[in-house]
Amino acid sequence: MSALKNRALQNGYNFAYLDEHTKRMIRRALLKAVSIPGYQAPFASREMPLPYGWGTGGIQVTASVIGPADTLKVIDQGSDDTTNAVSIRAFFARTTGVKTTESTTEATLIQTRHRIPETPLKEGQILVYQVPIPEPLRWLEPRERETRKMHALEEYGVMHVKLYEDIAKFGRIATSYDYPVIVNGRYLMRPSPIPKFDNPKMDNNPALQLFGAGREKRIYAVPPYTDVRSLDFEDHPFEIQKWDESCAICGADDTFLDEIITDDRGGRMFVCSDSDYCAGHAAPAATEAAE
Amino acid sequence: MTEREEIRPKENGPLLKVSSLTKYYGTIVGCRDVSFDVWPGEVVGIVGESGSGKTTLLKCISAALEPTLGTVEFRTRHDGMVDLYKLPESARRFLMRTDWGFVHQNPRDGLRMGVSAGGNIGERLMAVGERHYGDIRTTAGDWLEKVEFDLGRIDHMPSTFSGGMQQRLQIARNLVNGPRLVFMDEPTGGLDVSVQARLLDLLRALVSELRLSVIIVTHDLAVARLLAHRLIVMRRGEVVETGLTDQVLDDPQHPYSQLLVSSVLQP
Repeated sequence: MSALKNRALQNGYNFAYLDEHTKRMIRRALLKAVSIPGYQAPFASREMPLPYGWGTGGIQVTASVIGPADTLKVIDQGSDDTTNAVSIRAFFARTTGVKTTESTTEATLIQTRHRIPETPLKEGQILVYQVPIPEPLRWLEPRERETRKMHALEEYGVMHVKLYEDIAKFGRIATSYDYPVIVNGRYLMRPSPIPKFDNPKMDNNPALQLFGAGREKRIYAVPPYTDVRSLDFEDHPFEIQKWDESCAICGADDTFLDEIITDDRGGRMFVCSDSDYCAGHAAPAATEAAE
Repeated sequence: MTEREEIRPKENGPLLKVSSLTKYYGTIVGCRDVSFDVWPGEVVGIVGESGSGKTTLLKCISAALEPTLGTVEFRTRHDGMVDLYKLPESARRFLMRTDWGFVHQNPRDGLRMGVSAGGNIGERLMAVGERHYGDIRTTAGDWLEKVEFDLGRIDHMPSTFSGGMQQRLQIARNLVNGPRLVFMDEPTGGLDVSVQARLLDLLRALVSELRLSVIIVTHDLAVARLLAHRLIVMRRGEVVETGLTDQVLDDPQHPYSQLLVSSVLQP
């Protein structure tokens, strides 16, 4: 513990970059957020050493909950090796000295942008989301005062107007990411831009899910085993995306697939967006082929 | 429209009761000591020149602006007469999207400009818990026809409509879930005369068909003559004369009413 602390201090930074007062302030907001699932708790977001929109909210939440015994995983669009994921992982490795991993099962703390890992999470794990716009009603109501009142009085009927417009225009609910949910039967919540494919994973998840919006200065949370319901119409029920293809690398047919253009003659392939899950599945397949 | 018949006979009485309503903006008088009743199915017109306190009065009785003194009582469906400003805000807002409608002078204030005609009409239905897309759309279509729209325009944006059409859309949006009391602030202002006439015809038909109670604020005496059963003439924040519309317009008693009536140009 002290060795780790010393290493961070030698670099001129406190453990996990933020000073202890800031961490306590964020933890207070987190406690409030966890006690009122889905409620957007305001917090005094700090300037971070990266631009707004790159995950400042998620980083502050991670910095406030991370301890020396944690194992950290960072993903961006499901992948461990994209710029954003690599940079944030390196940032915490340097300022905390904690163990980092690419394995979902080994991690105790996972910071994510745009995906929930395919491997089911378990009790004790914490998933931290980076949130660009926390307010689900913003599209319909630009006034913050009014949206807070709508949350307070549970006036959410208007959210269905957006879904109505989708069906009227496209014949189905075309919203495919950042799909609005009702948490614990009370608060309307924006699950950050994860695909709606991941919405069912939020429901009754054993892990603690924390959401940080740095620019908008809001924190919200879904505690373990909390009811999360996606909005829909009786005659247009909620559906997740489906693919005709299966993953070109590991062959999985039940994961979220990315379409990758391979040449300029129309060549394309579909692969899992969760790189850790894909590698874990491809390995046994490759071994079988070798035998 | 079945809800309207639910008003039990023994509870018959005014739908809205305004007593000694006074609103000061600092030391400036918005309106002073205004009292009147509105009965079910009655259309009350409030006329007067600009700055006479018409809009202040309308805001106060539609729960948008708390009066300095006086009370506004409304007969709810289940609890009888309630004082609006003693209700919790949630109940007031609930009334606004169920029992009341508000037609603004400028349709842009009353419509969602980024939402299609069908969505605009369906909003109030969804706000009170309707969750069946097909039903919402059918009801929206019925209402578009009632306000003389071509059904093919159900998915068009309000910005593609003319001023008169936007106003008719706003009326449909307000009436879709059967309100009992509708506030109208200069509903025909800014429309040319032929469109105005058509809109007035439509309003008159809807009001009598649905047995709506309406409080209509206007400076146009012709509109008041066509729609209102009873008139309230205001000047400098005070009521100077009230009475049946024809009585006030044909035989005005107060000097100001006389001036107002004689100011209308005869083409």
